[in-house]
Amino acid sequence: MDWSFLLFSALKIFVVFSVVMTMVAYAVLVERKVSAFIQDRVGPNRTTPFFAKFIPVLGPLLTRWGMFQPIADALKAILKEDYTPGHVRKVYFWIAPAIAMVPALLTLAVIPFGSTLGAQKMVIADLDVGILYTFGIVSLGVYGIVLAGYAANSKYPFLGGMRSSAQMISYEISMGLSVIPIFLLVGSLNLSDVIAHQSGNLFHWHIFQQPIAFFIFLIAAFAETNRLPFDLPEAETELVGGYHTEYSSMKFALFFLGEYAAMISVSAMMVTLFLGGWTLPFLGLDQPATSLGMGILHILIFLGKLCFFLVLIIWVRWMLPRFRYDQLMDLGWRRFIPVALANIVVTAAVLLFAKS
Amino acid sequence: MIVERKELSLAERFYLPAVANGFKVTWRHFKRTVFEGKNAAKETSDGYYPEVPWKVEPGYRGAPYLVRDQEGNTKCVSCQLCEFVCPPKAIRITPPGPDGAPADRDNAEKMPKEFEINMLRCIFCGLCQEVCPEEAIFLQKDYSLTGLSRSEMVYNKEKLLSLGGTHAGTQKWRHKLEEAQAQEAFPVENRPAAH
Repeated sequence: MDWSFLLFSALKIFVVFSVVMTMVAYAVLVERKVSAFIQDRVGPNRTTPFFAKFIPVLGPLLTRWGMFQPIADALKAILKEDYTPGHVRKVYFWIAPAIAMVPALLTLAVIPFGSTLGAQKMVIADLDVGILYTFGIVSLGVYGIVLAGYAANSKYPFLGGMRSSAQMISYEISMGLSVIPIFLLVGSLNLSDVIAHQSGNLFHWHIFQQPIAFFIFLIAAFAETNRLPFDLPEAETELVGGYHTEYSSMKFALFFLGEYAAMISVSAMMVTLFLGGWTLPFLGLDQPATSLGMGILHILIFLGKLCFFLVLIIWVRWMLPRFRYDQLMDLGWRRFIPVALANIVVTAAVLLFAKS
Repeated sequence: MIVERKELSLAERFYLPAVANGFKVTWRHFKRTVFEGKNAAKETSDGYYPEVPWKVEPGYRGAPYLVRDQEGNTKCVSCQLCEFVCPPKAIRITPPGPDGAPADRDNAEKMPKEFEINMLRCIFCGLCQEVCPEEAIFLQKDYSLTGLSRSEMVYNKEKLLSLGGTHAGTQKWRHKLEEAQAQEAFPVENRPAAH
């Protein structure tokens, strides 16, 4: 193992981690702002750090847009009392937030977030089993929530944990089945190959080639990230706060950040699998970059597509009411799994006939 | 009229019209707030709370304060009914005792030596106002009570009286006095109707 590989990997991990964490913080802000706009309010517009008044025009504007709010939120989460209730199972109670947070970040390791920058491929780990790794890690995410529900040792978190395990396991099946046609088309599990397969023409994007797979994946992604309309594990109106009822301070913040990090990682997956990753089908933007500027442009394209999905996920939260639990299960097992299976069979048949 | 119950169409079973309508409604509101600069606060009053104080409607149950009568005397007679009725036990009254100072009005026997309301405990239910036989405590219009410590949020008699002001509404004791004076006078004239 040579040193430059280690160095650049460490650098990439550091940069991706800090970018993702910043995005998480500002996704929370976007969430609050979008919800406010949809509900005829104005959203956070008060947080004014001491230095804001020294910035001539931009200062008040940034304050009005709430750009300093994430700083205040983070500060609050860190400085709040970290209370461990007496009735919890301490070991699991301490482990659960970390387990909820880590898988969301780990999945980002295989996502190609750009083509090349200099001689470096813009992906932390260019695994040949990329998607298998992702599904393996994503399914770990459920343990954080189940453990949190179990550790809290009280009824509402427990119900939340139970719901989430049932929900996430059910939707993981349709999620996994929905992407199989993609790999039938591509012939490889490596996510860089998936992106290469989508280059050339706009209609090579898998969203146009496999629209059914895309919609199943999209909806399963909502369920996997516990976002409305499938936020049954935390369902405030029914379960107080669901699995994180007993948590406070930084431990709660970890769950909260984990949810948004999961949003980012499923968005990145959707961009990679269905929207052509860092490519755009014109101006030669679908080939790996040869210059530094192109490399940066590719990363920006990727981030732009990512933001589209983030806004979509946030918007849907304020658009649709929560599904009832049996409706959720019904949708997962009796609608999506058959449709996904049929999609696999049809795709395989079409590929077979196209070959012969 | 018998309402016909239609079967759900395939699109409806996949929630498509619901999603479309949801987007229509949310987009309409989003557009109104972002592009037309309207929001609920601007429509109902001139802006948001700290800049534009909230208009308190009559009948609002704000903080309970002690009131003085029309001559500036303490109305409370330290009967402690409010202390007993208070559900969260926010009120604490120290009676004057046998050697305490007499009431500052001559138609009452005593007044409280100390009257404390813990505004952190108070739930603004209004039972103290309802139970008070002397009409000495009223829920007023203050809704924003702030302090830097718990002890600061315990309002004492002096503070409650100064915040409460004078309440010259029902003047029970003046009517009693007038009634009594009318009975002393001879011949009896313009006798007020019995209460």
